[in-house]
Amino acid sequence: MVNIIRKKQLNEVIYEIEVEAPQIARKGRAGQFVIVRIHDRGERVPLTIADLDPASGAVTIVYQVVGKTTLELSRLNPGDIVKDIVGPLGKPMELDKFGTVVLLGGGCGVAPVYPQAKALKEAGNKVISIIGFRNKDLVFWQEKMARVSDEVIVVTDDGSNGNKGFTTTALQELIAKGVKIDRVISIGPLIMMANTVKVTRPAGIRTIVSLNTLMVDGTGMCGSCRVSTSQGTKFACVDGPDMDGFDLDFDEIMARNRKYEPEERIALEKYKHECQCEKAMKTVEKCA
Amino acid sequence: MAQPYKPSKLPRHELPCLDPKERIKTFDEVALGFSEDEAVAEAQRCLSCKNSPCAKGCPVEIDISAFLEKVAERQFKEALEIIKEKNNLPGITGRVCPQESQCECECTLGKAKGGQPLAIGAVERFVADWCAKNGATPAVKMEPPNGIKAGVIGSGPASLTAAGDLARAGFDVTVFEAFHDAGGVLLFGIPEFRMPKSILKAEVEYLESLGVKFAFDQVVGKSVFVEDLFGPEHGFKTLFMGTGAGLPMFLKIPGENLLDVYSANEFLTRVNLMKAYKFPEYDTPVKVGSTVLVVGGGNVALDAARTALRLGAKQVSIVYRRTLKEMPARQAEVEHAQEEGVVFKLLRAPVEIIGDARKNVTAMRFQEMTLGCLDESGRASCVPIEGAFETIPCSTVIIAIGSETNTICSDATCELEVDKKKHIKVNTETQETSIDGLFAGGDAVTGSATVISAMGAAKKAARSMAAFALKK
Ligand SMILES: Cc1cc2nc3c(=O)[nH]c(=O)nc-3n(C[C@H](O)[C@H](O)[C@H](O)COP(=O)(O)OP(=O)(O)OC[C@H]3O[C@@H](n4cnc5c(N)ncnc54)[C@H](O)[C@@H]3O)c2cc1C
Ligand SMILES: Cc1cc2nc3c(=O)[nH]c(=O)nc-3n(C[C@H](O)[C@H](O)[C@H](O)COP(=O)(O)OP(=O)(O)OC[C@H]3O[C@@H](n4cnc5c(N)ncnc54)[C@H](O)[C@@H]3O)c2cc1C
Ligand code: SF4
Ligand code: SF4
Ligand code: FES
Repeated sequence: MVNIIRKKQLNEVIYEIEVEAPQIARKGRAGQFVIVRIHDRGERVPLTIADLDPASGAVTIVYQVVGKTTLELSRLNPGDIVKDIVGPLGKPMELDKFGTVVLLGGGCGVAPVYPQAKALKEAGNKVISIIGFRNKDLVFWQEKMARVSDEVIVVTDDGSNGNKGFTTTALQELIAKGVKIDRVISIGPLIMMANTVKVTRPAGIRTIVSLNTLMVDGTGMCGSCRVSTSQGTKFACVDGPDMDGFDLDFDEIMARNRKYEPEERIALEKYKHECQCEKAMKTVEKCA
Repeated sequence: MAQPYKPSKLPRHELPCLDPKERIKTFDEVALGFSEDEAVAEAQRCLSCKNSPCAKGCPVEIDISAFLEKVAERQFKEALEIIKEKNNLPGITGRVCPQESQCECECTLGKAKGGQPLAIGAVERFVADWCAKNGATPAVKMEPPNGIKAGVIGSGPASLTAAGDLARAGFDVTVFEAFHDAGGVLLFGIPEFRMPKSILKAEVEYLESLGVKFAFDQVVGKSVFVEDLFGPEHGFKTLFMGTGAGLPMFLKIPGENLLDVYSANEFLTRVNLMKAYKFPEYDTPVKVGSTVLVVGGGNVALDAARTALRLGAKQVSIVYRRTLKEMPARQAEVEHAQEEGVVFKLLRAPVEIIGDARKNVTAMRFQEMTLGCLDESGRASCVPIEGAFETIPCSTVIIAIGSETNTICSDATCELEVDKKKHIKVNTETQETSIDGLFAGGDAVTGSATVISAMGAAKKAARSMAAFALKK
């Protein structure tokens, strides 16, 4: 059981929480994730370690509300308890002095990009971060990214921050300008990662993406997270989550991630319904 | 009083079962236990053979005739004491051991023409259940605490056995388990209808009463390392590694990563551990189409097939390369599956899984096979019939062709010697590994085997661990 020690809403759908998990804070490396189970009936959901503090034992997680578990998590507050947290899981990112590395973070993907940017910077790379959001009100962690990057480019889908475009268009522009890029790391919605590869493949720039497949155990035991690669089937939880973007079948990954859509909707609707009942019950109790 | 040797006159008592039509609607246990009288009558069939052939068939050599004698005399608690000298979990082995190829296979009663072997497993199960129900816990010899810390990695049957024996030997025991609950395959693999989780829960609670501590959500090799556990912070003097054979194997054929293709591990874990059969009361879903094909022929395949039926599949078939005779699954389970309506499609080897544009499964293609001569393992080999293929329409495919060793822990422990198959190398006399103080047993050492053999290895390891830790 772990305590939630801090909570902050970053934008309308994204939250940042800090949990007390000293062991994970000490062992965790950039690129790794944890699996969280909120309560006894809960699902096991994978979430990236967005930051950690070995001294205080705090682990930061940033999540976007997309379904039942993340909605439920968003309703927990400092002082509340999460039943299980296991990690760090997955392989740490590949770290070296590559030269110039461009990191793309899309929406919630900005959070997992942060520890990688930080580690790359510390390893002596030139770090250019491109972070993208739908509009300017959703922007978060711009300052934090700036601290670990040589340059931060913020783009919005609708141009409301004055810089219209996708992260991939910004990347395209860098390449067009002749910036020598030694490696690209792209973390965000699958479609963004797929599009990144479309830009980098012709340019021949090695591209790493971080997969967010469906998972159960996170230790290689179930195969739920499997993806096809040229070297056969790989498991995102133990062989990744970072993978060579050129060697993936994004159509397959996207389809597999949609596998339980109808069930996810049922779970969410049921939960919303119950919450309302709960609220009603509380009002009733107060009146009595 | 010994019975006259007339085996054919004394028919074997069979376990009563729930009606197949009813049982496929629930996850309730299929095989009901013996009544007291049935158990006693069955035990009275025993001939008390001098050379105990049955005991030699049991991987941990339980003194079978001795415990049967106690049952025949209605001394159930005493019977349990005898069993527990060798086997910590008789309620489980009585249910899941492949008795027909172990203890019962060697029984003299079964050797006579027309004779039927004694139902040793069913009686063993009765003894365990009776004692649990009547609170008859045999006195256990507990050594006084010696203050030495012993760690156990994993919480499958091997680990639970090692933990129990070490606790009784006076050690301060902690179990480190990757999942959020204890039991290993007993928890996430073997379904409720074959082995109720309440038995496992009782055993875990019993271990806790002996002082065993459980540390969940601990992936050794990720959250904490073997060297940390031996180090000053944790201070374990000796460790047992019982990490099992958890990695699912796939067929390596086209279509294997389509949406409706599960490994049996994932399918069973969703249902057993995450309780997907109670979705949406529980949050984890599982999807079963109307026609399900399960590829494989072991217990795992049967468990997956029977689970799929219970989740509402209209038609479930097991597709196996060889014939029923070569199937490694327990015979009783094959019979139960047949009664429940599982169809066996034999002599077919998978070639391809076919899907539609949305990547949903629509069919699976098989190569038809025929039996050839015996291979090195003594089983008939299977040979493709040239040009003979069959395409079977289906909406879900479950792959149950075996598992490999989970190497998270061994990979992170570099000095640990493993063989080509990544099985941990041990001295089979002592179960010690290449690392001083680290012992191992169960599926992590042998590859997928059985509950009782895992427990047998763990008992051996616990003895060696105690000797090792007390010597130093
Ligand atoms: C290694 C890894 C790291 C991750 N890190 C983060 C993170 O740092 N922050 C974060 O917000 N999310 C992260 N995810 C995704 C996160 O696990 C899912 O968003 C979460 O499981 C959704 O649970 P839910 O019950 O709220 O929604 P569900 O009801 O399960 O799903 C709702 C919607 O989200 C989609 N979805 C479900 N599971 C996933 C998934 N695993 N990945 C992507 N989409 C999914 C569904 O298709 C559906 O449309 C990560 C996933 C992986 C595998
Ligand atoms: C579906 C199914 C049905 C079966 N039916 C039968 C049957 O009827 N009869 C029979 O005799 N046998 C049966 N078996 C085989 C039997 O269950 C196994 O042989 C037995 O469970 C092996 O025990 P074990 O303790 O070695 O490992 P496991 O039971 O596999 O337990 C290993 C444990 O270690 C944990 N672990 C792994 N890695 C780590 C790590 N790095 N850190 C911490 N924890 C870790 C795992 O989570 C797991 O809990 C069946 C197996 C399956 C899968
Ligand atoms: S433990 Fe298994 S093999 Fe041994 S006697 Fe009991 S049922 Fe038979
Ligand atoms: S072999 Fe059969 S009859 Fe003989 S002692 Fe064992 S159980 Fe009894
Ligand atoms: S999540 Fe189970 S194998 Fe990766």
